[in-house]
Amino acid sequence: MTTRASIGRQFVPVAFGIVCLLVFFVLVEALVRIGTINPFIVPLPSEIVLSFKRIVVEEQILPRFLLTCGEALMASLMLSVAGIALGVLLHRKRIVRLATETWIAAMASAPIVLMYPLFLVIFGRSAWTIIMIAFVAALPPVILKTLEGLSSTRPVLINVGRSFNLTPSQLYWKILFPSSLPTIFVGVRLGMIFALINIVGVEFLINFGGLGQLVNELSERYDLPGTYAAICFVIMVSVMFFIATERIERWLRPGA
Amino acid sequence: MPTADPILVVENIVKRFETPDGVLTAVEDVSFAVAPGEFLAVIGPSGCGKSTLFNVIGGLLDGYDGRVMVGGETVRGPHPSVGMIFQEESTFPWRTVIDNVAFPLEIAGMAKAERLEKARHFVEMVGLDGFERRYPAELSGGMRQRVSMARTLASEPKIMLMDEPFAALDEQTRLLLGDKVLQIQQDLKQTTLLITHNLTEAVQLSDRILVMTYRPGKTKRIVEIKLPRPRTSEIVGSDDFGRYVAQIWSDLREEASKGLKDDESRVARAGGKRR
Repeated sequence: MTTRASIGRQFVPVAFGIVCLLVFFVLVEALVRIGTINPFIVPLPSEIVLSFKRIVVEEQILPRFLLTCGEALMASLMLSVAGIALGVLLHRKRIVRLATETWIAAMASAPIVLMYPLFLVIFGRSAWTIIMIAFVAALPPVILKTLEGLSSTRPVLINVGRSFNLTPSQLYWKILFPSSLPTIFVGVRLGMIFALINIVGVEFLINFGGLGQLVNELSERYDLPGTYAAICFVIMVSVMFFIATERIERWLRPGA
Repeated sequence: MPTADPILVVENIVKRFETPDGVLTAVEDVSFAVAPGEFLAVIGPSGCGKSTLFNVIGGLLDGYDGRVMVGGETVRGPHPSVGMIFQEESTFPWRTVIDNVAFPLEIAGMAKAERLEKARHFVEMVGLDGFERRYPAELSGGMRQRVSMARTLASEPKIMLMDEPFAALDEQTRLLLGDKVLQIQQDLKQTTLLITHNLTEAVQLSDRILVMTYRPGKTKRIVEIKLPRPRTSEIVGSDDFGRYVAQIWSDLREEASKGLKDDESRVARAGGKRR
């Protein structure tokens, strides 16, 4: 009975989400069919679904999907390592924090993607240009959230550590770091969103490959159902990365 | 004063803080000694410097005059012989009950199997057997405080400092946890210093009670509690218990009134500034 209730509790929100999505599609389908929404701007959702098979077969979606996934994975790994390390540095060195925190916050809203010609000159027309733009653009939220997480550790937990005579390094690894992991992961997720937007954007701009290039090609051919179907694959990459970070967070910091 | 050689000596402690309104003396010339196995409570109104004294003895606060000695050794910073239990909830939410309790043993470098076995013993001691694999978020406030207590006991301190550990709990839970503390103290002969503002708790648990004055916190009186041991929470119904509570309240009443008046005048001043 209890197990059934627990399965029900897990299943109901998922089912509700799917039902909401289906209702949304049906609504859009109806609005396009009766002419409220212009079909030259938004295609019929049923046409988008039917175009999936076409773009999988004709547009080599798998290698493009894997390329975008690979770039996003590399950028995420780099920004997690560098962002968390820089956040720790800012937490430990007050002068560095005072000198740079405002600049880093300002950088978060800077349109780094517009600097793509500079990155092209440095890294050439390669995946590294895309990865590096995504990495630089997505770094600020990871740094700032790491700093916020470390700074907001409850003083009583630090006092517990001090009362047990922990060394500064033990205090960091055993208390400060696990305590701030939920906030750090908020930063990593935000960073991943920034990274993916930049990756697809730069693929689109420099016509290098991946899902961004496919979206560009299909939109230039005015294949609207195909364009929307390709965007669905971009969303799929995002969902996959979100699920992965949730799993990693639960593994690293159980008990939430 | 205790007859045996004291394990904890607090000598002429004075602690001042710089505040926007000038220098505030939180604790002034407080001295006492605690014998091995003794249970001493420090009681006083809010703002009398009890928690400052707790932090000074625990080595978490420096920049004070006077001396704290543990087992004949002057304390400079946290001492391995002193275990602390804090007023705020202080379990690690990312660790299970057993891993929380095993924390000081892990820090000491004990092998995993050995430390888990030892931690299990202390989990049983605080009555949490069966909850070893639970996380703090799944426990009640009283259970979490017992986890903190077991974690401190696992480090086998010579002196256990407790800063109003049951302040956030309801009266009934507080009395029942008091029973648990009495049982542990009896079993381990644990020297304990309890900081509290709760009269019943202080009389229920202690051998002696140090009553502090309101700001600056000074020793007003030390009362010896000659209630029989072993004790349980049933003692709160006895005439002697009531007499001790009344006696300590007569000492505290004046100090608590000063604290209340001080709070009222501070609020009035702040209101005046805003106008």
